[in-house]
Amino acid sequence: MATEVSRPTSRRAPRQQIGLIEWLRKNLFSTWYNAIITVILLYLIFQTVTSFVAWMVTAPGWPAAFTNIKLLLTWTYPVEQLWRPQAAMALVLLLLGLSSGLWGGIVRMVAFGAAAVSVLLGFVAFTFPDLPGQTSLPGWLFMFLCAGLLVGGDQAARWIGVKLRWPLIVAWLLSYPAVILILRGGLGLPIVETKLWGGLILTLILAISGIVLSFPLGVLLALGRRSSLPVIRIFCVLYIELIRGVPLVTVLFMGALLLPLFLPGGESIDALVRAIVAVTLFSAAYLAENVRGGLQSIPKGQIEAARALGLNVVQTTLLITLPQALRAVVPVLVGQFIALFKDTSLVVIIGLVDLLGAAQNIVGQPEWLGTPGGVWRETFLVIAAIYWVFSFTMSRISKRIEDQIARSRH
Amino acid sequence: MSGNGSNEPIIICENVNKWYGNFHALKDVSLKVKRGEVVVICGPSGSGKSTFIRTINRLEEHQEGRIIVDGIEMTNDIRNIDAIRREVGMVFQQFNLFPHLTVLQNITLAPIWVRKKTRKEAEAKAFELLERVGIREQAHKYPGQLSGGQQQRVAIARALAMEPRIMLFDEPTSALDPEMVKEVLDVMKTLARSGMTMLCVTHEMGFAREVADRIVFMDQGQIVEEGTPDQFFTNPRNERTKLFLSQIL
Ligand SMILES: Nc1ncnc2c1ncn2[C@@H]1O[C@H](COP(=O)(O)OP(=O)(O)OP(=O)(O)O)[C@@H](O)[C@H]1O
Ligand SMILES: [Mg+2]
Repeated sequence: MATEVSRPTSRRAPRQQIGLIEWLRKNLFSTWYNAIITVILLYLIFQTVTSFVAWMVTAPGWPAAFTNIKLLLTWTYPVEQLWRPQAAMALVLLLLGLSSGLWGGIVRMVAFGAAAVSVLLGFVAFTFPDLPGQTSLPGWLFMFLCAGLLVGGDQAARWIGVKLRWPLIVAWLLSYPAVILILRGGLGLPIVETKLWGGLILTLILAISGIVLSFPLGVLLALGRRSSLPVIRIFCVLYIELIRGVPLVTVLFMGALLLPLFLPGGESIDALVRAIVAVTLFSAAYLAENVRGGLQSIPKGQIEAARALGLNVVQTTLLITLPQALRAVVPVLVGQFIALFKDTSLVVIIGLVDLLGAAQNIVGQPEWLGTPGGVWRETFLVIAAIYWVFSFTMSRISKRIEDQIARSRH
Repeated sequence: MSGNGSNEPIIICENVNKWYGNFHALKDVSLKVKRGEVVVICGPSGSGKSTFIRTINRLEEHQEGRIIVDGIEMTNDIRNIDAIRREVGMVFQQFNLFPHLTVLQNITLAPIWVRKKTRKEAEAKAFELLERVGIREQAHKYPGQLSGGQQQRVAIARALAMEPRIMLFDEPTSALDPEMVKEVLDVMKTLARSGMTMLCVTHEMGFAREVADRIVFMDQGQIVEEGTPDQFFTNPRNERTKLFLSQIL
């Protein structure tokens, strides 16, 4: 039976890459008018970039951001307590480093990115002024320490191995209350009222709380909107449509001004807590709609297969429909988280001083009045860079998750 | 092929009726299946075959009549339904594998969560089943990376991992390219010969002739004719059966 079959030989795929010259000709100079447009645009880009760089180098306002770095990062958080934000940040970065060693992948990318940024900032931080009465590490030392915690944590976790998994998950769950405890005080630490908080810390606390809290709430609302129980369904629909019908500013005002009227003792509710509640409630409504979109994209056959295997309703939701729905909407969810992160700047309106608020204050300081052109351009560029680093990180994470999912789909 | 001594039917359907709105989809369907019996259900499109076998594990609810599976009556009691679903495995036309889980995870999911097996036990069993359906080496791939025939074999392994007494098949080969039909039918034949009670909706008449103990013909929501493959193919009594056979053979 052994007939000789001539095996088809495989050839290399033809080279897809084309040379630079060829690429230029094909894409930029294909016709005479394309060539003219290319030349004009190149000239404009060149002009813009060179004049921008020239301005960057000579701009007089940079000291405003750097001498006030403490205000930008922590606003009026007491100087003698500044070791506490540092400790909180060190704690989170250590956990991130350990996670990087344990899970690798995206987490490692973020951890090493953060380490690189820390080292870079460490050098920048040599220019930061020492503050009178400072109990914390100098900025440059702290930034190098952060990089060390990230990389060291990574190495340590690799050495310890998988038995770190559950302790680390528990540590992450406890990290949020721990950070709040460190920053706010209690259990023997002196209290630092949240009205003294501000700047980047406030922005991060608001954004992270909003994301972490609105996620489960949004998922519950999405499931509720698809519930077979009319009471739950109607409540969820009303909630979602009501919130989506008003702007975030309104919700913030309601949280800040109306809540105290309705709730007994509402006056005493912390302004920061009210803002977090408002941001969370707002974000959850949008999240619910996005998650619902994901849930609707799951074919009925998936649920039937799960039920036929004997999985109950809760198991089917948690193991089959939700994971698939969430994967389907990762890009949308991350987009929403980025929006939420930036939208937190609206809390200025209810009197909180976040990163943007701090910048606005610095720009108005009397000592910069003499600076020609003012210092707002330089200061706002600095905070724009800070916003960008965080948003960009989130969008990279989203991209990586999408790629991983795509690979399993093939 | 009746199994371990007990001759009482493992599936009893008595005068099952089902409506979709005003549409009468199942009309007084009665059927008894013995342990170890292989029953093939065929009939024209829309005749209610899927609806009927899906009432047996309550993917569809029937409104009148009785369904008793392995001594448990199908009622609205969720505990009865869950008990029956644990005993009844199902394989779908569209495979319905879970795309976010690997082949191994697809197979071990229900044994771990429903049967409360340890991961180790469940995985050992999964590998044994994958060996049986001939795709052990694909255990760590995702369903999307497999061919249709391989996916359907995974789906069969997934159902078998729950160690069901009964297997339901709803046109398991209809969504497959012709060259993959055989690999799935071969697995089903082996399963039939091992003494599994099987209820198969299929148009694969070769399969029916070879392994079915009985063929049931449905039309317009009714069982019109039933008999051994011999009777059914050589000597159909009903006009509609004759017409159907003339079209399909
Ligand atoms: N969810 C539903 N709502 C309303 N009518 C339905 C529903 N499901 C099925 N039907 C109707 O019930 C009848 C029986 O459908 P069923 O799917 O059981 O047929 P079938 O014999 O499996 O056909 P096929 O060979 O095409 O799969 C059909 O007329 C169909 O239109
Ligand atoms: Mg059908």
